[in-house]
Amino acid sequence: MLARLLGPQRRYLWFWVFTGPFVVGLVVFGYVPLVWSVVLSFFDAHDTVTPRHFVGLANYASMLGDAAFRSSLATFAVFTLFIVPTTFAVSLGLALLVHRLRRWRAFFRSVFFLPTACSYVVASLIWKMAVFNGVRFGLANTVLRWFGADPVAWLSTTHPPWYWLVIVTVRLWLQAGFYMILFLAGLQRVPRSLYEAAAVDGARPGWQTFRYITFPQLRATSVAVVLLLVINAFQAFDEFYNLLSTSAGYPPYARPPLVYLYYVALGQGQDLGLGSAGAVILALVIAVVTVAQARWFGLGRKEA
Amino acid sequence: MDSHLRGLARALRLTLLIALAVLFLIPFYLMVRDGLASESDITAPGWTFFPHTLHFSHVRELFDDPSVPMAHALWNSTRIAVLTTAGTLLLASMCGYGLARIPYPHANAVFYGILGTLMIPSAVTFVPSFVLVSSLGWVSSLRGLVVPTLFSAFAAFLFRQYFLGFPGELEDAARVDGLGYWRTYWRIVVPNSQPVFAAVGAIVFIGSWNSFLWPLVIGQDQSAWTVQVALASFATAQTVNLHELFTAAAVSVLPLVVVFVVLQRHIVAGVERSGIDD
Repeated sequence: MLARLLGPQRRYLWFWVFTGPFVVGLVVFGYVPLVWSVVLSFFDAHDTVTPRHFVGLANYASMLGDAAFRSSLATFAVFTLFIVPTTFAVSLGLALLVHRLRRWRAFFRSVFFLPTACSYVVASLIWKMAVFNGVRFGLANTVLRWFGADPVAWLSTTHPPWYWLVIVTVRLWLQAGFYMILFLAGLQRVPRSLYEAAAVDGARPGWQTFRYITFPQLRATSVAVVLLLVINAFQAFDEFYNLLSTSAGYPPYARPPLVYLYYVALGQGQDLGLGSAGAVILALVIAVVTVAQARWFGLGRKEA
Repeated sequence: MDSHLRGLARALRLTLLIALAVLFLIPFYLMVRDGLASESDITAPGWTFFPHTLHFSHVRELFDDPSVPMAHALWNSTRIAVLTTAGTLLLASMCGYGLARIPYPHANAVFYGILGTLMIPSAVTFVPSFVLVSSLGWVSSLRGLVVPTLFSAFAAFLFRQYFLGFPGELEDAARVDGLGYWRTYWRIVVPNSQPVFAAVGAIVFIGSWNSFLWPLVIGQDQSAWTVQVALASFATAQTVNLHELFTAAAVSVLPLVVVFVVLQRHIVAGVERSGIDD
């Protein structure tokens, strides 16, 4: 019996010696909290993690009935619509420019990749205090002044919502280099023979080659980039928190789901039941969005 | 004629690249400029590209300022990032090796169990994780900041993919010499896999140093603040001392820029390997 559990040459034992510590940790710190949280979401759990008062679906009802929660989902949608196409276009553009270089390639790649070393906190502080500072000495307002325009209070102006410019550009700066690397790797895998064949067929270098050769060949990379961008947009917290919250608290606009959840679950109320219900709803939303995207891109089907 | 046009196009592309590179570097320039400039240079009505005097004393002042525990926060971040990186490399590499190289009938089930956690965005689980950590009594402790982040399915996945392609001849030779799995792993496999350890290590280190939400949630006492949490406290402070803020930001970024420049080749290779899941 024991010999069977250990496997031939004790291979099963060795398998678990190698994978066991990781697997146990992942169960304890990955799966247990998830299950616990689902349980909590059905209880009234103010300031406690071992509640006794079962409330059924009340947490879900009050979460979905909360206009602020629904507007946080709308904020996520708007944010995604801004950030996904711009990051995609900019990182692809950078990759195409860098890819064609012969000399200085490593230098430019490093420059565009360097912001990845920066934290969202640091970048947000630079954006908030130096670039888009609402007073005259901010860089953006200095540039406006050179053109004779009045300074703009970038982060507190809601009509028009200038704060989106700040939020989107900070993430764009931080992420573009990372996705550029992915596109560069994709570009390297395009067979040179395709370009030669296209040239023989009379395709002009430039737009035609890009449209009919390069871009279709980058399909797998493009799909991966879009999926990653959407998931990351969904997890946005750091830059919103650091750009918009002040000593007076967080403004009533531009609250993405995680910021909302943070204040519900860990703010004054410490309502962990409600927070857990919100986490479960968000996990379902992201699952639906991911599956919908995978369907849309035709993932899982065999490529022709 | 055609070659003239092509030359012009090349010159235009190069100009565009240089302009973009300058644009991408401006935030770094602003951070250093504002960190070393006097407050009056920063807030002057006319733009100063280069401050009149550079105040390197700002670095010392930052560490002497009792209201912001910057030195302690740096120490916390260093400990957390080092422990997280070492722990992740150890746990994830062993797990990846076991999955890739040790035959076990249910290895696939274990692998999919690990992959499954990748489907759940980690940020969505911060509420449940907080619930667990607070019931363990680990809030505001080093344990609470490190241990729950050690089990990176992503790192285990990267290691598994790498070890699947590890040359089997090396292991066979070790087997002939009578080494078991354990000694083969430590004496043959690990020493011959330095690039993947460098890549995953650098990615984990940068991620740990820069992470914000989890340290914000767990590091509730000032004694448990990381650099990022300490920096964020500037953003929400009543009055902001601009040069101190930017000195602190620059000090917090510096170690990472060093890690980044030294290990860039490996990081790029790691990112390339991670992004494409086919």
